[in-house]
Amino acid sequence: MAVNYSAKEEADGHPAGGGPGGGATAGGGGAVKTRKPDNTAFKQQRLPAWQPILTAGTVLPAFFIIGLIFIPIGIGIFVTSNNIREYEIDYTGVEPSSPCNKCLNVSWDSTPPCTCTINFTLEHSFESNVFMYYGLSNFYQNHRRYVKSRDDSQLNGDNSSLLNPSKECEPYRTNEDKPIAPCGAIANSMFNDTLELYHIENDTRTAITLIKKGIAWWTDKNVKFRNPKGDGNLTALFQGTTKPVNWPKPVYMLDSEPDNNGFINEDFIVWMRTAALPTFRKLYRLIERKSNLQPTLQAGKYSLDITYNYPVHSFDGRKRMILSTISWMGGKNPFLGIAYITVGSICFFLGVVLLIIHHKYGNRNTSADIPN
Amino acid sequence: MERCAARGAPEEERRVRANAREYNEKFQYASNCIKTSKYNIVTFLPVNLFEQFQEVANTYFLFLLILQLIPQISSLSWFTTIVPLVLVLTITAVKDATDDYFRHKSDNQVNNRQSQVLIGGVLRQEQWMNVRVGDIIKLENNQFVAADLLLLCSSEPHGLCYVETAELDGETNMKVRQATPVTSELADISTLARFDGEVICEPPNNKLDKFGGTLYWKENKFPLSNQNMLLRGCVLRNTEWCFGLVVFAGPDTKLMQNSGRTKFKRTSIDRLMNTLVLWIFGFLVCMGVILAIGNAIWEHEVGVCFQIYLPWDEGVHSAVFSGFLSFWSYIIILNTVVPISLYVSVEVIRLGHSYFINWDKKMYCAKRRTPAEARTTTLNEELGQVEYIFSDKTGTLTQNIMVFSKCSVNGHSYGDVQDVLGHNVELGERPEPVDFSFNPLADPGFQFWDPSLLEAVQLGDPHVHEFFRLLSLCHTVMSEEKSEGELYYKAQSPDEGALVTAARNFGFVFRSRTPKTITVHELGRAITYQLLAILDFNNIRKRMSVIVRSPEGKIRLYCKGADTILLERLHPSNQDLTNVTTDHLNEYAGEGLRTLVLACKDLEESYYEDWAERLRRASGAPEAREDRLARLYDEVERDMTLLGATAIEDKLQQGVPETIAILTLANIKIWVLTGDKQAPGSPCAETAVNIGYSCKMLTDDMTEVFVVTGHTVLEVREELRKAREKMMDGSRSMGNGFSYQEKLSSSKLTSVLEAIAGEYALVINGHSLAHALEADMEVEFLETACACKAVICCRVTPLQKAQVVELVKKYKKAVTLAIGDGANDVSMIKTAHIGVGISGQEGIQAVLASDYSFSQFKFLQRLLLVHGRWSYLRMCKFLCYFFYKNFAFTMVHFWFGFFCGFSAQTVYDQYFITLYNIVYTSLPVLAMGVFDQDVPEQRSMEYPKLYEPGQLNLLFNKREFFICIAQGIYTSVLMFFIPYGVFADATRDDGAQLADYQSFAVTVATSLVIVVSVQIGLDTGFWTAINHFFIWGSLAAYFAILFAMHSDGLFQMFPNQFRFVGNAQNTLAQPTVWLTIALTTVVCIMPVVAFRFLKLDLKPELSDTVRYTQLVRKKQKPQHRCARRGGCGGGSRRSGYAFSHQEGFGELIMSGKNMRLSSLALSGFTARPGAAWIETLRRKKGGESSPDTAAKG
Repeated sequence: MAVNYSAKEEADGHPAGGGPGGGATAGGGGAVKTRKPDNTAFKQQRLPAWQPILTAGTVLPAFFIIGLIFIPIGIGIFVTSNNIREYEIDYTGVEPSSPCNKCLNVSWDSTPPCTCTINFTLEHSFESNVFMYYGLSNFYQNHRRYVKSRDDSQLNGDNSSLLNPSKECEPYRTNEDKPIAPCGAIANSMFNDTLELYHIENDTRTAITLIKKGIAWWTDKNVKFRNPKGDGNLTALFQGTTKPVNWPKPVYMLDSEPDNNGFINEDFIVWMRTAALPTFRKLYRLIERKSNLQPTLQAGKYSLDITYNYPVHSFDGRKRMILSTISWMGGKNPFLGIAYITVGSICFFLGVVLLIIHHKYGNRNTSADIPN
Repeated sequence: MERCAARGAPEEERRVRANAREYNEKFQYASNCIKTSKYNIVTFLPVNLFEQFQEVANTYFLFLLILQLIPQISSLSWFTTIVPLVLVLTITAVKDATDDYFRHKSDNQVNNRQSQVLIGGVLRQEQWMNVRVGDIIKLENNQFVAADLLLLCSSEPHGLCYVETAELDGETNMKVRQATPVTSELADISTLARFDGEVICEPPNNKLDKFGGTLYWKENKFPLSNQNMLLRGCVLRNTEWCFGLVVFAGPDTKLMQNSGRTKFKRTSIDRLMNTLVLWIFGFLVCMGVILAIGNAIWEHEVGVCFQIYLPWDEGVHSAVFSGFLSFWSYIIILNTVVPISLYVSVEVIRLGHSYFINWDKKMYCAKRRTPAEARTTTLNEELGQVEYIFSDKTGTLTQNIMVFSKCSVNGHSYGDVQDVLGHNVELGERPEPVDFSFNPLADPGFQFWDPSLLEAVQLGDPHVHEFFRLLSLCHTVMSEEKSEGELYYKAQSPDEGALVTAARNFGFVFRSRTPKTITVHELGRAITYQLLAILDFNNIRKRMSVIVRSPEGKIRLYCKGADTILLERLHPSNQDLTNVTTDHLNEYAGEGLRTLVLACKDLEESYYEDWAERLRRASGAPEAREDRLARLYDEVERDMTLLGATAIEDKLQQGVPETIAILTLANIKIWVLTGDKQAPGSPCAETAVNIGYSCKMLTDDMTEVFVVTGHTVLEVREELRKAREKMMDGSRSMGNGFSYQEKLSSSKLTSVLEAIAGEYALVINGHSLAHALEADMEVEFLETACACKAVICCRVTPLQKAQVVELVKKYKKAVTLAIGDGANDVSMIKTAHIGVGISGQEGIQAVLASDYSFSQFKFLQRLLLVHGRWSYLRMCKFLCYFFYKNFAFTMVHFWFGFFCGFSAQTVYDQYFITLYNIVYTSLPVLAMGVFDQDVPEQRSMEYPKLYEPGQLNLLFNKREFFICIAQGIYTSVLMFFIPYGVFADATRDDGAQLADYQSFAVTVATSLVIVVSVQIGLDTGFWTAINHFFIWGSLAAYFAILFAMHSDGLFQMFPNQFRFVGNAQNTLAQPTVWLTIALTTVVCIMPVVAFRFLKLDLKPELSDTVRYTQLVRKKQKPQHRCARRGGCGGGSRRSGYAFSHQEGFGELIMSGKNMRLSSLALSGFTARPGAAWIETLRRKKGGESSPDTAAKG
């Protein structure tokens, strides 16, 4: 039907608007720019798109495939992990029978140092390179105040930070008005037991060579940690600083070799890389395999000589020494293998269950089901 | 900038003296300057910041920032909070500034409009804002009235002037305003400049139809009523000029008082979100307390001994105090459960959705060149939850165009378009319209499709001739002939205009009239009829007649009116014809057409003389004039001969019935609230019912349509009660004998009523609604109305519209949407959760108040079913994912707390914490929130049921929230304990320790980023290139930033800030780490996939099914399932009578008062009848105006 009479039309052609904000819209004719929206795929929400949907055809195979991938990986990891030799000794000395019991209540500055020896027997030989760790328990290297208590600038050899350490280091920032190098609670609490390993064969003790270099990350040793810049020996460079409160010796006397002394001492670097969890192990020494004919550590009797300096008993801490070989995936790690096998199996099982459910009760999505 | 003065104290009464600025200034009335903007350049920053910090979230983050500056507490660097906070504040400030800029612009535009002000005896062009109360301003034809004026005089006789009030109340018919007689003689500027009358009137208020005041001038008092006022927003029409005295200006005008305060609308999701955020705060505090207690215990048991390596901070002397500090530390690190980016992301997504609405070319009206516009960007997702739509009628559902559509003449129905075989032709395949070229006076705009009617005219069918003669004679239309043959009709109702135009095109051209004659061109022949009497229309009579004397001298009465009235007044001999015509009438009514019955009657000369004499006496009678006239009219309008019936189509907007049908299928209830009130007591119920039928809101299948028209509280209550009883009866009879009786008495009325079987509709008019909305009846009314499928409220005032919306909002907890085009809809648009304005018409009040605007009602279905639905879906998916990812991210700290002595040590690097929410995970979820689609747009129209989840609030509610949270916590547990299990004793492949803090942090962070990325991949249903880019890009960005942050270069520059040097390359080179990440990912995602698959497989949502079907059978031809309600089934006898007419115009014409002297052929009128008609008009319209002056004739 057509326009016959229009009251509104009659009113056309008058200036639009009125009241507040009047005339904001078109009217009055004339130069009205085209306000027609662009016909682009983006603006019209017609962008080509992939519209995935969870169907039996995609979900069920995914579960089976995950299962089939995870189970072999898990088995692989499990087997690898089981092949790793590991030997662990707790030498805290809490038990009265322990040889180290006498040292239980040492303090930082006890002289002469308390020493103890623990004998043990390796049932199996350690074929490849052996890694010697010290382990601490109930030691909160991840405590917020502990973690932040360091000055990376100082450790990176910044001379101004050396003499004026960061506030974060409090209360181990200065001692007797001298800046502490390295400052902070982490450095101050550095592990300082000495462990020596002897092979006992026919009552003769043969010292096993423990390599102390190569235990820190390359980036830590070469980028993150640097001795102060300047000429002269380390002693001169650290002039004006004082040793951390708990340390028996200043930082430039940590080692005799210049490339393992001061801030770049690897034991120090390893300690400074704080652990994530209160129970942790840190690499202490390497035992390299000497020849292809002999295992690195053959089965037999050994003794561990401990210079017991590091008190942990007061806070129920434990100290361990661990010997371990490693594989492509690191040390012994039973959790990962078992987890993979479990998850793989669950996936597979879930796949089967879903398949059955789908088969029995599944909705055969058809358009006929669409209610209106 | 601050040009608009602030308002003074509320006034008791207003005194305004004309031409006396000094006098009026005493009262400090508001000037005519309006201000809707909020800021200026100086105040922007402080005011905006102040407003922003009133947002709880922002203040909270500021508080956190302060906490972080305390070293003992600070567990995170300050920048982790300040970077996002500044980002958020800036984005919001920019948005506010842009909004305000546009407000300034529009304010300026309005304030700078020109008007002519009489100052010091001369007319001066002044800007609107400089107009003061008490000024006299001159208005010209078609100008907007600048302020609320007291009409003083006009170019028209008797100080009449015509205004169009569309801006104010949405009515497009013209209204007459008249100056008080004393001032109407002040015709020239010099006398006006001397005019010093004083107006004392009511204080500013928002009642559009009421004004009370008195004019004091020359020691005389003259009462003033609304009839003397020109309100701001009206447009002067058909009046060359007029002068008015400014009584209310600027913010005091009725228009501005009506526009009300702009209420900030929040969506239900907003409110839910705020509640949830509060809960999360509660949760956060709980966790803080747990961890603080843990810390106190730990420090007491372990920490105190561990002091040899880690002494307590200075000032910390007890474990309890340490616990207290750790509480705040944990509040800081756990605050990311309520990420600051939540609010800003939500805003960004809504902005995106708003742009999509603006860009939608399917909501662009080419004819009016108006695209849809989302005027607020904060309500989009609520469009997906609408349950009630309140719609205006005129201009929204209808075009306010009346079209002569069909007619029945002498038992033959014309107007159906038929093809050769005689079948009715469907719309869209019409033949050519009838050619009216034979008639030089035809209106080219008129179209008619049935050629047989014209053939009948040309063949000389006397019935058809008489039929059109009636149409050309019996009306109150005024004609204007600007040049020969160029006729313009000025009808005060569009119905009449349509009828006269139809007659014109069929060769019976109404050419001109004088008070005593009507000149008609009948098929080219000019005939002048003597107009003897107009028996005017009123709502009781529901008919109007003219008595004319033809050139041959025969006296004839032509009558048109409502079928119900007229059919009873026919001569009994018409019985057969009446039956046929009644059938036709029913047919027309069923199609929603507005019908009128036409009849005529020959009068004997002698009888007429007698009757005319009696009429003269009656109209001069001092008392009971009305009654006597009515009796006389009644006497003569008897025993008439039926000529036929007309059917006028109140033209609907395009696509209205389809839209309403689809929206109804989507379970949206539509209430029509129409303000039509052509005259007091007019048959608007019929008008509204007609529209209800024609737009398929009402159908003949409906069990019953209740019409409530009671005038008293008791009547209304009774009618409502009856309606409910009927519905109860209906449902009882259908309820398989189940008795509702016992429930009836109880308060369970609601549920019972809502369970009613059968379709009912309720029509209620303004009078009754006023009673129904009273506090003690509103619930009753609401229950009844909600039980009905369709509700039509007619003759409602703007305030009532708002009240109805408010009522539903209050008791129904449903999302309401109001749509309208006129200023009378503003209040309801503002009240409803969502207001939609119809744009592209001359009035923009509604648009300005609205949240969305477009030019056609039919776009509503697209706005709701497509945009609204998608917005809701996207927002819900976004929120679910957002809460999930932040819980997964943050809760890891909680678990870690148990292993780090509750020291508030973070698991992650501080940069990761800063960037996680704003870089690593923000864009993919934003892309999903902006672009996601579950089903294509066509499907949401095809299956309106897809809209239901939104109404039922299924996609994001407290339950869904807890599921998300649970998933987040589950993920966080695995995220921590799987690496923990793996790392505890493990070593790297070079023998070094694996579980150092930094490696652990990188591993957890990496697995977290991967897991949440996989999760967003699962959630994303619509992978556009942008989604791909963002998801893969975020992962890439994570690794890139990770390696950059851990690079040597940055460390060398800031060793204390970038402590993780070398960590990425060392850690991520470990196969164990990758095995851990893979394991974590699978364990986190696998159950989700399994659950979703099961849900999809066993209990699919409709959208899933549609989506599946879509994918499986892409080529499938969609069946249109939206049931079209079939044509009318006939059956019910229903009057299709509707006539938007107003009483009083007949008298106006007969008096000749409204005719220009120039256009009067005869000068045979005197002043005496003029006074009578004006009084009549006044009494009928003004109602309250003084009756004592009316007693003369």
